[in-house]
Amino acid sequence: MLDEKIIASLQNRFKENIVEVGESCGDSIVTVELNSLHDVLSFLKKELSFDYLLFITATDNPKREGKRFDVVYQLRSTETLDEIRIKAAVEEGEEVESVTDIWVSAIGDECETYDMFGIWFKNHKGPGGEGLRRAFMPDDWNGHPLRKDYPLKGDDFSDQWVEKLLPEGQRHQPDHTRMP
Amino acid sequence: MSSSDIRTVELNMGPQHPSTHGVLRLILRINGEKIENIFPRVGYLHRGIEKLAENMTYQQFTPVTDRLDYVYSMNNNFAYASSVEKLLGVTDQVPERAQYIRVIVAELDRIANHLVWLATHALDIGAMTPYFYCMRERELILDMFEEISGARLLYNYVRIGGVAKDITPRFTDMLKEFVKIFPKRWKEYDTLLTKNRIWMKRTKDVAVISTEDAINWGLSGPSLRGSNMEWDLRKKKPYSVYPELEFDIPYYSEGDVYARYLVRMEEMLQSNRILEQCIEKIPDGPTMMDDFKKVSKPIKPPAGEAYGYNEVPGGELGFYIVSEGKNKPHRMKIRAPSFVHAYAIPFASKGYLISDVVAVIGSFDVVFGECDR
Repeated sequence: MLDEKIIASLQNRFKENIVEVGESCGDSIVTVELNSLHDVLSFLKKELSFDYLLFITATDNPKREGKRFDVVYQLRSTETLDEIRIKAAVEEGEEVESVTDIWVSAIGDECETYDMFGIWFKNHKGPGGEGLRRAFMPDDWNGHPLRKDYPLKGDDFSDQWVEKLLPEGQRHQPDHTRMP
Repeated sequence: MSSSDIRTVELNMGPQHPSTHGVLRLILRINGEKIENIFPRVGYLHRGIEKLAENMTYQQFTPVTDRLDYVYSMNNNFAYASSVEKLLGVTDQVPERAQYIRVIVAELDRIANHLVWLATHALDIGAMTPYFYCMRERELILDMFEEISGARLLYNYVRIGGVAKDITPRFTDMLKEFVKIFPKRWKEYDTLLTKNRIWMKRTKDVAVISTEDAINWGLSGPSLRGSNMEWDLRKKKPYSVYPELEFDIPYYSEGDVYARYLVRMEEMLQSNRILEQCIEKIPDGPTMMDDFKKVSKPIKPPAGEAYGYNEVPGGELGFYIVSEGKNKPHRMKIRAPSFVHAYAIPFASKGYLISDVVAVIGSFDVVFGECDR
């Protein structure tokens, strides 16, 4: 469990922007408002020595009332060994401020989160100033696979995309080779 | 266009390149033979494992974790099992014998992984001989795993709540034999490479990473320990029975490819030391929690989320699992060390030569089953 001082100093600094402070399975979770997310994370790194970014990801909750996605940041301090998880709710089409200026290791994770959920990170700076791009899927892909409404076996677009790659004569794909 | 622009050339490396350990594609921007920038392209082995996880029960997903980094499958099983146990809140109810067996297989697997790493890393740089020596000892470990799990590569042995089967007396004999001969065999690799002049020329002062950079880029495991950082989750965030075992964290201050090589070499001996103690200390008792004996019985963790992590040979492997109280996870994010390391390659190899890129990829131990998921 996280030191209360850290939560207290966060609450001191960002009184109105903190939505919820919680705990689950021994992990501390702080939910903040999206517009203060970058400030909170930069405060955590600079003032509270959370120097190690473990991962960035998102969760999709289409059935939830209010904003659909959550962006999740898991941080650790290599000095005090504290861990904290920062969350912020994001609506479809909303942009998140990139944290590549705080931790370089965010590059891969932001690309992955964009690829899988379609959440755009603005001011993202990759190696050599490269912008945000899909991490895994092809650049011309349509849709974001980890969204709950994306079918497991793929949609029409993915079928056509695979068909195009196959040589003439092999294009017919029997149904039993697909994921059920 | 200025003259410096004319000299810059883009060179494509991979995805089918023997020294990229799988399917990594790097777009190198070079000036002469000097790297000006690298753009990594990953995803050629993307199988959608995180999407699969959302459509599988917790037990069904265990064999899929084998396919993350297929070189250290046991450690993947272990990390996944302990993450789910953390989500269920049963971490301390796992029987002690099972905990010891987990540590034994994890450390054996660590040695096996480092042997494969050493073999391929040396092969990339041009030393072919270590390959044959390393594979010889790895074979002994695979035989041991075959004895207990029936498989040689993808084991599905460490399960949620314990391990699949108890270890056999034959396994214990093989383990005792292995622990005895391994330090002698280790000496042979050491003789081949550590003081080898060509090896040192190729790896010393190549891709030097400072401690701040290493943390900022999110490096973990041996790659972080090569940069003067005494960091090992087995010590810093102790889990399982590691607090009862004695071992050191090898770390070196140079931060170059050679330092990361030394760390991994040293780690093999430390793992051997852990194994020696485990043979002495392993208690009798059950190897599986009663609640999880039947695989068909669904696991329904209460609504909540947990991030569980283990020190695997490549670094920190973590599973962030969100549960909504159903028998399938709502979301599972896999924090893969290889993915983070793949994105650190551009920074580490800037300013060095093309041939050094190969050494950098090898020194991070990037495997694409895990990176692309």
